[in-house]
Amino acid sequence: MKGNREFHQARWNEPLLFEKSLPGRRCVIPPRAEKNVESMVGDGLSALPEAMLRETPPALPEIAQPQLIRHYNHLSQENLGVDSNIDIGQGTCTMKYSPKINDMLAGSPKLKDMHPLQDESTAQGILEIFYRTGEMFKEISGLECCSLQPGGGSHGVLAMATMVRAWHRSHGEDSTRDEIITTFFSHPADAAVPKAKGYKVVVLPPDEEGLPDMEAYRAALSERTAAIFFTNPEDTGIFNSRIREFTRLARENGALCCYDQANANGLLGVTRAREADFDMSFFNLHKTFSSPHGCGGPATGLLMTTAELRDYLPAPIVEYDASSNRYFLDHDLPQSCGKIKDFYGVAPVVVRAYCWIMSLGTEGLMEVSRAAVLNNNYFMKKMLAVRGCSISFPKHPARVEQVRYSWEQLHADTGFGTADIQQRTADFGTHYWMSHEPWVVPEPVTIEPTESYSKEDLDEYLRIMEEISRECYEEPGIIRHAPHNSTIHHIDHDYLDDPGKWAITWRCYRKRYQGYFEPVAAE
Amino acid sequence: MKHLGLIVNPVAGMGGRVGLKGTDGAGILKAARELGAEPTAPARASQALDKICRCGLDIRILTCDGAMGEESAARAGLTFDIVYRPDASKTTGPEDTRRAAELFAHCGCDLLLFAGGDGTARDISAAVGTDIPVLGIPAGVKIHSAVFANTPARAGELACLFLAGRCGEPREMEVMDIDEKEFREGRVRSRLYGYLRTPFEKRLLQSGKSSGGKTDRVELDGMAEQVVRMMAPDTLYLVGPGSTTAVVMEKLGLKGTLLGVDAVKNHTLTGADLSESDILKLIAAEQVELVVTVIGGQGHIFGRGNQQISPSVIRALGSERTHVIASPSKMRELFGKPLLVDTGDPQLDVELCGYKRVITGLNQELMARIEC
Amino acid sequence: MIEERRVYPYIPNSEPITREAMLREVGVGKVEDLLVDVPEELRMKEPMKLPEPMLSEYELKDHVEGILNRNVTSREYLSFLGAGCYNHHVPAVVDEVIGRSEFLTAYAGEPYEDHGRFQALFEYQSMMAELLDFDVCNVPTYDGSQAAGTSLRMAGRITGRGKVLLAGNMNPDRKKLVTTYLDPVLSWETVAFDPETGEMDMDDLRSRLSGDVAAVYIETPNYLGVIEGKAADVAEAVHQEGGLLVAFVDPASLGVLSPPGAWGADIACGDIQSLGIHMNYGGGVGGFICTSDEKRFIEEYPSRLFGLAPTSEREWGFGDVAWERTSFADRETAKEFVGTHAALWGIAAAVYLAAMGPAGMRELGQVIMQRSLYARSVLGKIPGVSTGRLTGATFQEFVVDFSATGKTVRQINDELLERGIFGGRDLTDNIPGLSQCALYCVTETVTGSDIDRLAETLGEILA
Repeated sequence: MKGNREFHQARWNEPLLFEKSLPGRRCVIPPRAEKNVESMVGDGLSALPEAMLRETPPALPEIAQPQLIRHYNHLSQENLGVDSNIDIGQGTCTMKYSPKINDMLAGSPKLKDMHPLQDESTAQGILEIFYRTGEMFKEISGLECCSLQPGGGSHGVLAMATMVRAWHRSHGEDSTRDEIITTFFSHPADAAVPKAKGYKVVVLPPDEEGLPDMEAYRAALSERTAAIFFTNPEDTGIFNSRIREFTRLARENGALCCYDQANANGLLGVTRAREADFDMSFFNLHKTFSSPHGCGGPATGLLMTTAELRDYLPAPIVEYDASSNRYFLDHDLPQSCGKIKDFYGVAPVVVRAYCWIMSLGTEGLMEVSRAAVLNNNYFMKKMLAVRGCSISFPKHPARVEQVRYSWEQLHADTGFGTADIQQRTADFGTHYWMSHEPWVVPEPVTIEPTESYSKEDLDEYLRIMEEISRECYEEPGIIRHAPHNSTIHHIDHDYLDDPGKWAITWRCYRKRYQGYFEPVAAE
Repeated sequence: MKHLGLIVNPVAGMGGRVGLKGTDGAGILKAARELGAEPTAPARASQALDKICRCGLDIRILTCDGAMGEESAARAGLTFDIVYRPDASKTTGPEDTRRAAELFAHCGCDLLLFAGGDGTARDISAAVGTDIPVLGIPAGVKIHSAVFANTPARAGELACLFLAGRCGEPREMEVMDIDEKEFREGRVRSRLYGYLRTPFEKRLLQSGKSSGGKTDRVELDGMAEQVVRMMAPDTLYLVGPGSTTAVVMEKLGLKGTLLGVDAVKNHTLTGADLSESDILKLIAAEQVELVVTVIGGQGHIFGRGNQQISPSVIRALGSERTHVIASPSKMRELFGKPLLVDTGDPQLDVELCGYKRVITGLNQELMARIEC
Repeated sequence: MIEERRVYPYIPNSEPITREAMLREVGVGKVEDLLVDVPEELRMKEPMKLPEPMLSEYELKDHVEGILNRNVTSREYLSFLGAGCYNHHVPAVVDEVIGRSEFLTAYAGEPYEDHGRFQALFEYQSMMAELLDFDVCNVPTYDGSQAAGTSLRMAGRITGRGKVLLAGNMNPDRKKLVTTYLDPVLSWETVAFDPETGEMDMDDLRSRLSGDVAAVYIETPNYLGVIEGKAADVAEAVHQEGGLLVAFVDPASLGVLSPPGAWGADIACGDIQSLGIHMNYGGGVGGFICTSDEKRFIEEYPSRLFGLAPTSEREWGFGDVAWERTSFADRETAKEFVGTHAALWGIAAAVYLAAMGPAGMRELGQVIMQRSLYARSVLGKIPGVSTGRLTGATFQEFVVDFSATGKTVRQINDELLERGIFGGRDLTDNIPGLSQCALYCVTETVTGSDIDRLAETLGEILA
């Protein structure tokens, strides 16, 4: 077998649905009213106020069923899920295999067709899974209370920030505690969300080793600090061994400690929010806990807190009454910070996480983390041998489950950078992601080889990196015009940045252009 | 068709090769020539122009005759018009640079490309200010200003990108002025001289998604808003020099001095371009606070253009009443490096070291380390 | 000496030979040796006490199905529940498409190797725009209430004003979420509703409108199922004061009801659950926000917006429009925040809308209208039961007043439950003034005979 695959992505040049539409075509037919119903109430529409009747039908595509299925079949072939590729290039996203049995169970009609407002006696099954999941996360996090409401990691941050405000309000300190401290390399939401909730955000720079600067932290902490928001390990892959010192100082100042555990995959069963002495923490069930990413959700940012904060949780929370052997939704949280999500949370995502944890158990979860850490270190050793590649923060070489690398040397030598490598990676049938902002590590890429990938997978991805590096040095023409084997060719980004050019819907496109981006003459 | 203005300072860089530190002043220039110095700027200009030849755009060069541009343009095989003819009887000097730059601005060139050093940058800045975009091909000994590309080739590439419309809005970049006499005696003391508007490359990130395409304006707007909200009534705020602090003045609808220290109280301008003694008088008379920004590529908050904010002033105000502001992009440029203070009083410099909050946006601050 | 170890199907390198080889390659004896940054005092002293794992797939299946079997679903019982989550039919084509693992397991790749996802979501945005009669729609956010909250904050930023007016007849749970989200940036007041019609009280609205109101928020149909027939008047009143109208609508109604773009809404929002997404116990939700394509609106979206772009070979290309708005680009200057929301549900809604087409949406709206009118009529004939308590026109939900029956809604619902029916949501202690009333919902999955069965059962219960 050759060194690298000869890959070509499906390339269908698939028209937009609107282009395939023909008036009158039908795909799915809704039910019709029965004769007796119709004879009693007529066409039903005359009962509506005339002003509120739709005059013009919506210009939705009209397409027959075989053609619709074919369209989406083509589009799905033009997409690379974890199931299709060695998805280690989307670092921090923890792209791992989502077991099919879990999908099957989460898709059970016994869950799909449940209405959230049904009498609780008819929802004992899902409530039990919710409850048991919370119980398992008590062990996983070391904390005591659970909310399944947040619909993703950033939503978890929102829940924490909302609880912080509720807490300080109830202690009469909301007006004086108006600052949140976070770090340079924490997740974008760790700064953006507190700002959205009205806090001033004070950012700590990293020290030489890439860790949050302790001296800066001491200078930043004050009686104005409401909370600290830390991600650990950060997206560089570096674990902050002094984390408990950070929480100790925060507590001394009366600030709450909020943990962003989106990067939990390397430390399950090793160290937790409890040991680091955090008040709150969230986990991404669609990352470490295997629920599939769905192109960007649905997801869950399961929130855990200490018992002290229980009353501030978003209501309702799921509880169990042993005396009657019933699971129930407890709405009675008088200090509740409010509501974060419609209803209770994303049940199918929770079910998948539940299944995953149940299929692995304590030893299995620890094995997950061991494999993730070993995969990462194995990959790192070989990646750093690739010409032009170096590690961010070389003064601190140890990494947990992901690494942020830099192509600074390659850039200096060849003029090509991380963006060029990204485009060429598509030619090998896989992903490559440059990293979260702020982009201060020059020409960055963050690679996270989760436990789902075999040694052969890692070796294959490394060969790809080696090949692309070689091309940058020796065959620049290939890099310059990449991707060659992907679904489409080079996209002109002007049409995405320029308000005079952009088209966010087909409707907008037709207002501005005809044919293929030919401007419509202005009236 | 794009018009590219070209000025080559034929004497720039001649000092360096022969160990002199610059060529300001006829005396130094004569000394350099006597030491056998050869002009190097034209060759560097050519490196840049080679790139421009290859970029495939329809470009017309406006330039000066002889060594001030014509020779370089001709060598590169580019079409050009001679817009400025220096007096052939004299050696060309700063006056020529200034006149040429003015003419190019008047002719409406899309970009003025010059080969020279800080001195040349200063001359051009004096002539056109921020009227037209200007980019420097590094060809002098003193390259402290932020208006130069890293290399001549890069300057050519950047010029092409800019003329093709592929760069963001040009940014105001600092033109620094080094006291040559001090420089020759081994002391680097530069100060902010002025600004030029310089193109910069959108950093290509996620396949074409770029940061910096959004202009500094949006970032600076949030930061300025934060400062305005911070201003307490009946307190006088000294607003230091720099284009970043100028945004605060703009937000207040006030006309401040770009290079001077102005006074604002209750959102009105109460003093402009104040001297050290003016400032000390104010501090003695009322509640005063200070707003300064980061100046120069090395990240100075004191000592590179705000010398009116003297050690006495700094001491009198204290750190609680001193506010530092900077755009997030500026702080990213300085990533991994501390902010610097060089007040002239080494003892004070040491006292100022430590951590400082830098206002980088609305409700956003970055902890920065200060060193001396 | 290769030690005995358990091998896991999801962890290929748990197999001992490979594990050994990798450890050797990295130069350590065990993985723990690599965790140099985790000091003793941070380490767990005892292992986690998780339940015994179900290592065989069959055991897991048996266990989880056993638990889920304790659920009774809205297909097994006859359900009249609505109130923000709707029991619509999900066409098989929808489940087929979102079950494809290329969509299910993908995430955030580039518009090259993940072209399919971008096109699918661009088509979603486009179809929603047509349905809502606006130019722009975003990639879905967490849920309809989040969309409502963000829409109001967008209005605050666009107008520079600090207060919003919320309809008193909005979903109370949604109100809780929205007001939580608005805190502390926007203040809010509630506009009363007319207790006779169930529609917004225009007098109260006008008395509260002023130059410091950024937006008025209405729902139509509102929580009580009533269509806000005077929505255009609300729009006019708000616009006169320089504010914006934020309208929360049910997209499934827009095959027959006039879309918000047509009657003066500035920002439309809602939940896509009713467009082909299974209820999933309230987990099948996703929010949309629609506006015109004016720069001042587009600049305020926190969400991703996918746009169309040309490629060097004349293909359809896609990408993020004005991506620098978002907190992915720059968390200092971002609008609110963005993260992982509900993209797959967006693709589901796209498939649904394409599958239904304009004719299907109209037929859907019509059958819902007909059957809910039938239900109102039939139930209204039961002694003591009134379906005319609110006189406003309704779409798929309506208020049923049981206060004259001598039984509480709670009792009635308990008895309905015993007979295999989920009665409408109890509005007692939910909406002031509607004690012993319930909110009944009739979607296209409720047949005429289902309604007859409900009427008969209620007749028995109330006899």
